[in-house]
Amino acid sequence: MEETLKKKDKILSAADIRTTFHTHGRTVQAVRGVSLYVESGEILAVVGESGSGKSVLMKSVMGLMPDNAEVKADQLTFAGQDMLGMDQEQLRKMRGKEMAMIFQDPMTALNPLKTIGSHLMEVLKRHRGMDKEAAKKEAVAVLNQVGIPSPEKRLGQYPHEFSGGMRQRVLIAMALCCKPKLLIADEPTTALDVTIQAQILDLLKSLQEETGMSIILITHDLGVVASLSHRIAVMYGGLLMEEGTTEEIFYTPKHPYTRALLHAVPKPHSGSKERLEPIPGMAPSLIDPPSGCPFAERCKFACERCTKEIPQYRTYSTTQRALCIYSGEELDHKEGEVESHG
Amino acid sequence: MARYILKRILTAIPMVFLITVLCFALMHFAPYDAIDAMTTPKMSQETINLIKAKYGYDQPVYVQYIRWLDGIMNGNFGYSIVTKQSIASDLAVRLPNTVKLVLPAYLTAYFLAVVLGLLAGANKNKRTDKIIDAISSVGIAVPSFWFAMLLIFALGYKLKILPIVGMHAVGKESSIADFLKHFIMPFLTLTVSFMPANIKYVRSSTLTQFSEDYVMVQRAFGATKSEIMFKHVCKNVLLPVVTRFGMAFRLLITGSIITETVFSWPGVGPYFIKAIQGMDYPIVMIILVLSSTMVILGNLFSDILYCLIDPRIKEMG
Repeated sequence: MEETLKKKDKILSAADIRTTFHTHGRTVQAVRGVSLYVESGEILAVVGESGSGKSVLMKSVMGLMPDNAEVKADQLTFAGQDMLGMDQEQLRKMRGKEMAMIFQDPMTALNPLKTIGSHLMEVLKRHRGMDKEAAKKEAVAVLNQVGIPSPEKRLGQYPHEFSGGMRQRVLIAMALCCKPKLLIADEPTTALDVTIQAQILDLLKSLQEETGMSIILITHDLGVVASLSHRIAVMYGGLLMEEGTTEEIFYTPKHPYTRALLHAVPKPHSGSKERLEPIPGMAPSLIDPPSGCPFAERCKFACERCTKEIPQYRTYSTTQRALCIYSGEELDHKEGEVESHG
Repeated sequence: MARYILKRILTAIPMVFLITVLCFALMHFAPYDAIDAMTTPKMSQETINLIKAKYGYDQPVYVQYIRWLDGIMNGNFGYSIVTKQSIASDLAVRLPNTVKLVLPAYLTAYFLAVVLGLLAGANKNKRTDKIIDAISSVGIAVPSFWFAMLLIFALGYKLKILPIVGMHAVGKESSIADFLKHFIMPFLTLTVSFMPANIKYVRSSTLTQFSEDYVMVQRAFGATKSEIMFKHVCKNVLLPVVTRFGMAFRLLITGSIITETVFSWPGVGPYFIKAIQGMDYPIVMIILVLSSTMVILGNLFSDILYCLIDPRIKEMG
């Protein structure tokens, strides 16, 4: 397994990330030991419902967690550098330069009292040491690159003069300023309407192809990632439930949670009258997470063992692994049984 | 932007007018009127009617109002019933004294509040924040007259380093050093009474701003703590703080009634108090009108400043 993975460079590689919050005397275990990697030039989708820990995981990687959070990891390397050994100042210098992040709500992500130009130029001056003139030129260039018409004029405008989609483009432009090796996009289209969503995702894809950067796309919408990502990581209850290539996840999903998620995605092209199957119940509380598999309570295959211990990963291919006591075949078999009984 | 400002000014004018109506009406409905203050029960009805006629009280209310308004507009604020002095010339002496005291105190309090509030907000829940917040909580709870008494007791009575009353020692009216000696205690009292609420306000405004998404975004783009603070948060914090500054305009007239009274500072405060006690209606009315006009002017001022700082408002016509 290791050998095949080494064929491509890993831009980011993290082992056993654990993030806990301390609030009001309670401890929230938001991320409970997640290992993942991103190859250079790939789009990795991190999928999960709200509260699965996907955003927290990425903010932990970026070093953006608030003071009341504690991030631990066995390994965290980015482009060959050990991030765990870095101090705050070194991490800050990397942010926005080598790894950039864009967020869910473009309406509130920009300072309302500053022009778009000064947002962009600030980043260019900070990380690329440009003077005002050069920064202005470059700002126009990146706005052009993300498809904002008449960028010279737009530079002097304020965020409220931009639509949501345009603001997300501005943020993407900010991220592109320093040609980062990795772009983390935290649900970049959730706050936008559907047609704009598609435009932004297309933009991300074409920028990725153009610049060769890696992208981590955080989303709760499996439909969004199908055509976009190379690999998918599925998170639940602060754990990585399954990871694999997009094909593997969509065609041969192993974990019951991944399967349940796929059953809940509408398939407009299949023509079948298949009903969507919602997943019963709610995501577990991370304040006092269950000692066993976090999905056990909602899983139709769960047995007693599931509620007692967190299982080990089963490896299915060089790229696919899942966190379940049952193998994919066993589950296929059980699924047959459940259906014949039901 | 010019349209916005013009619109604000145009809405302010009827407001001021409304205030004069309100002040006049309230005084008119009060159980005693100026005539009661001038007559005694022993006077005959004819005498009372004569006095009424002399002061125009035999006229219908609206005529009285129009005459009064006309007087104010021409700078004729009327005469004190008790001392028969011109109110305008009384205020011309007293108002500057109040301004001399309130303006430096408020500016100091405001400046310190912005600095301390930002400091506390930027260090949420850390020791600096806790100390500043505790001090301002105590400050809000302490009545200013009591604090003034403490000052008088410590600095004036025990240590005997500062004079207790007045603005000048007799015969030293032109000495600045003497003025400052009299100035210190009321100044401290006012600063301490203006500051705590403002600190709380700036602090909470700072906390709100630090929890905004754009702060997280700036961090994600490698901004340093001081860049976030001074290039981004500061200006956003100052927006609501500017409103407070405008709201403070009225303090220039009635902002230090208690403090001035405690220290016998020859400002508007004791004048106002004495007028209320003596049922000196013309004075009370004028000070009410001036004070509420300052509220309107202050709001106008904040609106205009707002408009200059916030690009979102500039667009609104």
